Amino acid sequence: MVQTDAVRRAWRAGLSVVVATSAYGLSFGALSISSGLDLWQTMVLSLLMFSGGSQFAFIGVMAAGGGVAGVASAAMLGLRNALYGMSMRRVVAPRGAMMPIAAHVTIDESTAVALAQPEPRSQRVGFWVTGVGIWLGWNAATLAGALLGDLLGDPRQWGLDAAAAAAFVGLLWPRLQARQAIAVAAASAVLATALLPALPAGLPVIAAAAVGVVVGLTNWLGPKHESALPDPGTARHPDPAHPRGEHA
Amino acid sequence: MTTWHLILLASIAVLAIKLLGYAVPPRLFESPRPRRTLELLTVSLLSGLVAVQALGGGDGIVLDARIPAVAVAAGLFAVRAPFIVAVAAAAATAALLRLAGLP
Repeated sequence: MVQTDAVRRAWRAGLSVVVATSAYGLSFGALSISSGLDLWQTMVLSLLMFSGGSQFAFIGVMAAGGGVAGVASAAMLGLRNALYGMSMRRVVAPRGAMMPIAAHVTIDESTAVALAQPEPRSQRVGFWVTGVGIWLGWNAATLAGALLGDLLGDPRQWGLDAAAAAAFVGLLWPRLQARQAIAVAAASAVLATALLPALPAGLPVIAAAAVGVVVGLTNWLGPKHESALPDPGTARHPDPAHPRGEHA
Repeated sequence: MTTWHLILLASIAVLAIKLLGYAVPPRLFESPRPRRTLELLTVSLLSGLVAVQALGGGDGIVLDARIPAVAVAAGLFAVRAPFIVAVAAAAATAALLRLAGLP
């Protein structure tokens, strides 16, 4: 089959995102061990859950002793993947057994790379290269990070607790473009902090999520013309490795 | 529930949500309200997680080397540093400050 320029560009974009994203699987592996999970538990999260934000949220809440709240946080953060699936279904058009595989690798990065390509064939290439590539790289890096984490001892000595907070800043940053999102982020942080001494571990984050839901439903502080909202994964670029979409 | 139960439950939930995206009629999320609500839900969860990870500890709020470390990371993200660089810089900042005696 002839490789068009657009397809070659999709490969290149996908692979560069694969390298950048896989690298921070290292920090996930190390943080997961430091939050009290063992090697196999850490690997199951990367192999099966395979969604960076949800994985970091889950181990963060587990480290604090949050239990079921960790499940809820991971699931709520994973909801955006359903939205990506709705647009990727049209782009990828997976059949039969390929559907669950496509769904499994439908994440921020594969969606963003696919939508950044100009035509259907390169969009499919971008989706598969990025999704499958990150799955392989993320799991290899998680394993390396987990083995490394086992050797580190006290995670605080290495600043790994701060790295966990910084990872969430990185996931949040590209989403803070509109005034509404910035206001929601500020209010959620204040609410979660205020509730820290009052609620059991894990629940302050769930309570903060209510801010997003209420503002989302009422469109408080939002643009008057709703069509001004960009599609997920295009203008707003939900891609933590390349927040401004420089791979596009 | 054991840690294993929670891990499997959470993993299956996240996977099921991904499958749902391919199964439900796209029409359901074509209007702006559910899209906006999902996006802002993500923003508020991530922001709440930043606050809890940076300030949580013991039975409430603990102020320590994580705060300057997160500020360093935010500065790096603002100038579009790669994810792994900003996260590593945050860890290094906290590690060095603790070496210098900060909690």
